[in-house]
Amino acid sequence: MGRNDAMTKIDVTVNGEVRSAPAGLTLTAFLEYLGLDPRKVAVERNLEIAPRSAYDTITIEPEDRLEIVHFVGGG
Amino acid sequence: MTQDVPLTVAGRALKSRLIIGTGKYESYEQNARALEASGADMITVALRRVNLSDPGKPRLIDFIDPEKYIFLPNTAGCFTGEDAVRTLRLAREAGGWKLVKLEVLSDPKHLYPDMAETLRATEMLIKEGFDVMVYCSDDPVYARKLEEAGACAIMPLGAPIGSGLGIQNPVNIRLIIEQTRVPVIVDAGVGTASDAAIAMELGCDGVLMNTAIAEAKDPVLMASAMKHAVIAGREAYLAGRMPKKKYADPSSPLAGLI
Repeated sequence: MGRNDAMTKIDVTVNGEVRSAPAGLTLTAFLEYLGLDPRKVAVERNLEIAPRSAYDTITIEPEDRLEIVHFVGGG
Repeated sequence: MTQDVPLTVAGRALKSRLIIGTGKYESYEQNARALEASGADMITVALRRVNLSDPGKPRLIDFIDPEKYIFLPNTAGCFTGEDAVRTLRLAREAGGWKLVKLEVLSDPKHLYPDMAETLRATEMLIKEGFDVMVYCSDDPVYARKLEEAGACAIMPLGAPIGSGLGIQNPVNIRLIIEQTRVPVIVDAGVGTASDAAIAMELGCDGVLMNTAIAEAKDPVLMASAMKHAVIAGREAYLAGRMPKKKYADPSSPLAGLI
């Protein structure tokens, strides 16, 4: 990757909000970029479950639609 | 003395017949203390989007250990079978659990379950390999259909969710208990300890509640009260109550009076 590529930003939709992120991040790196602990969330990517075992191999692509959820109190 | 056996849901034996929710507490810390006082080993939890603007906010799992308690993910807020399946697939990925609580509601005003959609969602989830505990109306006809579809627990409401009105239709709850082979757990409507005892005296296998504890003035003390009520109701059910009589019947002998 050239120097300019490393600086490239992409737009993705996370929980309904458009966010800018560095291009080429794995899902693990992307979650960390958002300040989240990958072990404590579940992720749906483009309406499909992202298996926990694949967080290090999935690369975030431009226009991805992600839902990142966790457990909260409920009845 | 009659010996009880533990409540077993989808092959998992529970220590307590009380299941509690984790919503509406002042804090997760208070929630954790109430849970401890309740003696419950299963809790319901909801799945929601993480807060991206404040990722450091306190999290449920920092206060309640998923290794120590059975987390029962719910489908609160889902109005279709598709919503429920999508939510629970994520819950299964988040926690690795296939035991879930299905609730498919209709109108936000009364939060009654949409039973046609609930039955359809039950079938969809079972096909996906979930063990499904189903929140349902107190209709014995639908309760039977859910059981035939493979639900691992039938959970009729005692009264509308969060109302605290107590067991409104004991006749239907009893009919459901009589016909059902999987556990019957009253879910919703309990307001205070006597309501929980009544549900258990009817022969329910367990009680699930949230608001009755979370919105008590002292939730931790109410959690303890509910623990005792569920045990008392269960023991009274097993002991078999005396028959009701129309007239008085003295407890002291009439013979030998001076």
